[in-house]
Amino acid sequence: MSAQPNHSRDSVIEVSNLVTYYGRHKVLDDVSLDVASGEIMVIMGGSGSGKSTLLRYLLGLHRADSGVVRLFGRDINTLNSREWMGLRRRMGVAFQGGALFNSMTVGENVRMPLREHTRLDENTMRIMSRMKLEVVNLAGFEHLMPSQLSGGMLKRAALARALVMDPALLFFDEPSAGLDPVVAADLDNLILRIRDAMRVSIVVVTHELESAFKIADRITVLDQGRILMTGTVDEVRNSDIARVRNLLSRTCDEQLVDTDDYLQRLTGGTD
Amino acid sequence: MHRWTSCRTVVTEMQAARLRTFTERIGREFVIGVEDFGHGALLLAESLFWILLGRWWQQPVRLRAMVREMMEIGVMAIPVLSILAFANGAMMAMQGIYTLREFGAESQVISGIATSVTREFGVLIASIVVAGRSGSAIAARIGTMQMAQEIDALRVMGVAPVRYLVSPILVASLLMMPTLTILSNLMAILGGGVISIMELHISLGTYFDRVLSVLEPGDLWQGLSKSLVFGVLITLIATGNGFNASGGAEGLGRATTRSVVLCISAIVVADMMFTFFLII
Repeated sequence: MSAQPNHSRDSVIEVSNLVTYYGRHKVLDDVSLDVASGEIMVIMGGSGSGKSTLLRYLLGLHRADSGVVRLFGRDINTLNSREWMGLRRRMGVAFQGGALFNSMTVGENVRMPLREHTRLDENTMRIMSRMKLEVVNLAGFEHLMPSQLSGGMLKRAALARALVMDPALLFFDEPSAGLDPVVAADLDNLILRIRDAMRVSIVVVTHELESAFKIADRITVLDQGRILMTGTVDEVRNSDIARVRNLLSRTCDEQLVDTDDYLQRLTGGTD
Repeated sequence: MHRWTSCRTVVTEMQAARLRTFTERIGREFVIGVEDFGHGALLLAESLFWILLGRWWQQPVRLRAMVREMMEIGVMAIPVLSILAFANGAMMAMQGIYTLREFGAESQVISGIATSVTREFGVLIASIVVAGRSGSAIAARIGTMQMAQEIDALRVMGVAPVRYLVSPILVASLLMMPTLTILSNLMAILGGGVISIMELHISLGTYFDRVLSVLEPGDLWQGLSKSLVFGVLITLIATGNGFNASGGAEGLGRATTRSVVLCISAIVVADMMFTFFLII
C-alpha cells in the first residue's frame, strides 16, 4: 500500500522536530513525540502552551513549517488526498465544543461518517449509530438537536461520532473543559472504558491535572511551544523540572523584567 | 528663523507620515481585494471539480443537498420576488407613460418595458433578492460552522468542506437563477401590463401581443446568461465570506453584512460591464 517504510510498527503517531509559526510568532519549537498503539497519551499544558496548535497539526489541518508528522507510519505531508481520506477513516476526533452539525439531529450527526464513507443501508447505519450512543450513555437521545443537549452530553455525542467508524486512533480535545467535576470524572471513566473495550490509541489534550493523572499512560508537558518532558504519571508527578513543578503546584513563576526592554516595548521601539 | 524652520520640518514630517499611512492603507486594501479574488477563483475551481469528478473520488455532491439548497435559494424566494418584480414593472409603466405622454408616445411604453425587463431589470431584481436572502444566510451558516469547528470536523472526517457546502449551492444557483429570472420577467411584465390596461385603455391580451411582437430571443438570452454569472458571483462571495469569518458574534455580523454588500455591488458592476459589451 505504501512506498514508504514503516518506521515503527508500534507507534501510531510519530512527530519529529516539528516547528510551526503563526505569522512571525513561533508557536511550536522542535516538538518531538510518539504515541504507541493502545496507549493513552495526554498532552498537557497551560493556556497558550501550544497544545491546541499541536493537535491541529496532528490532525493534518495545517502543514508543518519544518519537521515531520507521521500517522500510522506515513509522513502526512507526502499523502495525496485519496490516501489522506483512507487515513482519516481510521481516525476519530472529538472537538472541544463537540462541533456537532447544528442542522442535524444527534443520530444524524453520528451517522454522518458512515453515510459519507460506507455503502451501508439506512437500517444498519441506524443500528450502528445507536450502538455507539449506547457506549457513551446517550441511548434515546438520537432525535434531539445538538442545541438541546447539555455540555457533557455534547461531548459524549461528539465522542460517539468519533467512534462510529471504529477508529484505531482517537483524539479528544479538552474533555473536561467547562464541565462540573462529577461529569468530568464520568467522561474520564468513559475514555478508559473505551480504550479497554476497543483497543484504540487515544490522544487527549487537556489542562486539567486531575483528569490527566487519572487517564494517562504517558503525559507530555508542553510549555511555551516546547516539550518540557514526556513520561508516565509518576515520572511527571516526581519531576524536578521547575516549570513542571510550577504547573503541578499551580504557582506562577516570577518573570524578571529587563528595564531597557520594558521601556522599549512601552515606547513602541522608537528612541 | 531657526525655530520657524524646525516647525516647518515637523509639519512636513507629519504630512509625510499621514501620506504614508494613507498609501499603506490603499496598498493593504488592494492586497485584500486580490486575495479575495484569488480565493473566489479557487473556490469556483474546487467546487466545479467536485461537481464534475466527485463521484470518481468517492466524494459525490449529494442530490439531497442540492434539492435542499434549491428550495432555500429558489423556491422560498418566489413570494418576495414576485411582489418586487410586479411592483417594479408597474413603477416602470407609470414613469414611462408619464414621460412619454409629453411626446404623445405613451403607447411606446410597452416596448420599453418588454426589452428593459427581459434584458436588465428582471435578472437584476431576481439576483438582488437572492443576494439579500441567501447571500447573508449562506455566509452566516458557513461562518457559524467555521467558528464552532464544524468545518474542521468535516475535514478530519475526510469530507471536503467545499464539496459538502459550496458545490450544492453552486448547482442550486446555476439552476435556480435562470428560473427565478424567468419568473421575475413574467411578473414585471404583468405589473407593467396592469398599469397599461388602466392608463392606455387596452386589453391584457393586446398588451401581451404587443410585448411578444417586440421581444426577440436575444433579449431573453441576455437576461438569462447574466443570471448564470450572477448566480456564480453570489455563491462565491457568500461562501467565501463565510469561510473567512472569525471573531465571534461580531465577526459573524461583519461577515454577513460584507457578504450582502459585496454580492449586490458585484452584481451591479458585472451587469454594467455585461451591458457595455453586449450593447456597444
